[in-house]
Amino acid sequence: MTFLNYLINGLSLGSVYAIIALGYTMVYGIAKMLNFAHGDIIMVGAYIIYYSMTSFGIDPILSIVISMVLCTVLGVVIERVAYRPLRNASSSLAVLITAIGVSYLLQNTALLMFSANTKTFSSVVAIDPIKLFDGQLTISGEAIVTIAVCIVIMVGLTLFVNKTKAGQAMQAVSEDKGAAQLMGINVNGTIALTFAIGSALAAVAGALMCSTYPNLTPYTGTMPGIKAFVAAVFGGIGSIPGAMIGGLLIGIIEILGKAYISSQLADAIVFAVLIIVLLVKPTGILGKNIQEKV
Amino acid sequence: MKKLNISKTSRSNFITYGMVIVLAALMMILDGAGVLSSSMRGFLVPMCIYIIMAVSLNLVVGILGELSLGHAGFMCIGAYTSAVFSKCMVDTITFAPLRFTIAILIGAACAAVFGVLIGIPVLRLKGDYLAIVTLAFGEIIKNICNVINLGVDSAGMHISFDKASDLNLAEDGQIIIKGSQGISGTPKDSTFLVGVILVMITLVVILNLINSRTGRAIMSIRDNRIAAQSIGIDVTKYKLMVFTISAAFAGAAGALYAHNYATLTATGDKFNYNASIMILVYVVLGGIGNIRGSIIATIILYILPEKLRFLKDYRMLVYAIVLILVMLYNWSPKMQEYREVLRLKLKAKFGKLNKEESIT
Repeated sequence: MTFLNYLINGLSLGSVYAIIALGYTMVYGIAKMLNFAHGDIIMVGAYIIYYSMTSFGIDPILSIVISMVLCTVLGVVIERVAYRPLRNASSSLAVLITAIGVSYLLQNTALLMFSANTKTFSSVVAIDPIKLFDGQLTISGEAIVTIAVCIVIMVGLTLFVNKTKAGQAMQAVSEDKGAAQLMGINVNGTIALTFAIGSALAAVAGALMCSTYPNLTPYTGTMPGIKAFVAAVFGGIGSIPGAMIGGLLIGIIEILGKAYISSQLADAIVFAVLIIVLLVKPTGILGKNIQEKV
Repeated sequence: MKKLNISKTSRSNFITYGMVIVLAALMMILDGAGVLSSSMRGFLVPMCIYIIMAVSLNLVVGILGELSLGHAGFMCIGAYTSAVFSKCMVDTITFAPLRFTIAILIGAACAAVFGVLIGIPVLRLKGDYLAIVTLAFGEIIKNICNVINLGVDSAGMHISFDKASDLNLAEDGQIIIKGSQGISGTPKDSTFLVGVILVMITLVVILNLINSRTGRAIMSIRDNRIAAQSIGIDVTKYKLMVFTISAAFAGAAGALYAHNYATLTATGDKFNYNASIMILVYVVLGGIGNIRGSIIATIILYILPEKLRFLKDYRMLVYAIVLILVMLYNWSPKMQEYREVLRLKLKAKFGKLNKEESIT
């Protein structure tokens, strides 16, 4: 029964990773860049919710919406100012280092604005935990909401990408930017839209993550961000179902590793999984193998 | 008068060596005259450490053209292995310079072994994937160093990943690494002179490597991997080589680090991803691929925040902004175009070609 408890915790954490990984994977699929600042957008989103709930007393749901809007704006601005000028740069290193710079900028701005003190995030979920098997198995409200939200986002995004015009445009841009432009697709707009969706998802992830793990500091987003990237790579970068599968697996591996192997080595285990995956199947579980053309 | 025939590259290298020697001599004279404050004296060895780190990272980032975010992990390996050696041998080898030399070599060798290990995935990955794997590797190393317990007694070495009491040491046993409390009581062998010698060795090896046939092969991989492969350059071999050399120097820097402080732990920001990024900042701001730039940037960026105490809170913020601006200025195609236009305008105005222009 304890195993089931761990499994549910793992699924709940994994759902958070999956939502973050969706942002990574979409941006990577389209802009072909690793957005290092994605994890820090989660942190910014969580701070916005924290302050709108505590300082302004706004309803949790409305706070999340505000946070999503602000994070979307932030994501689009970052893309416009820092990433777009470097899109056709001769070295792919340039945009990666810039992304690291943006990540640092967000962290240190948060450090100056909100101080390094840990803030205790109050849960945005108001559902009582469910007790099963005479209280041996407890499923927290946060876990239920997180898993449910993850599934909704996943289904919604899949429909969006496959059924709408904007989604099809995204697919086209990720296949071939030049050809997409010739077909009359607004490439810059489509990439900006991707960043907007990714950042809005980051805000949701921030709310869910901090409801379960309530310690909020300017560095809160870094580790989950990196682990979510691991999840995206695990599932196959660029693939939406891959991000979901990868996220859930990483979450379960982390929680089980913490429970049965060593709580201090849990992060090391997750990263070891990444290295093994990349060694065995560099394209991930659902990734496509792309041949390089000269 | 006979004119010495020195090529442009070796002249540039000698300027770099000369700069380091002059700076080091200046520091030693100032130190000898007692002008340096105690805090400045405390900076001398760390500065050497970070110069070695920046120069060796520049070899990977600037010359090979791959991003490594786990450089501090190699430093961690070098620091731990050399400190373990020194602690075990402190009574056996009493001649400190010999012991320290062996410790540095061991630190460098162990880091190099891990460089090969991490180099194997490098062969299959590139760009962002490589960056994330090196990052993951650095975090794994830091995590393991944080939990490992190591003790020595007459029966040999004991390792435990849980508690120091699990080591089951005999009566004569001694705990060397104590979990997150790390290693304490390492002999303080690091001096500024050793640091400068190590910096010079690093520079001689790396600058000569860059200007050799091997170095040109490495740079050709950076500029066009497929073209390099098609003319018979073994991409795998050279990548692995660069990684190993860079790791070895980071390990040596780690050995210097371990012997500079009384206690060595892997907690906090010392060996994690932030430390690696800090070194990357030195490399980027000094100029990617420019070894002399890395040295200058490291010295300035290391001293500046300490001298500008009032800016301490804003230091990282300023670094982040400068990092973004430098990248945009140097790499954005629009900016490059603009700079080209500006250059032509200036040329038209002054009507003179400088050396660089006459080549292009």
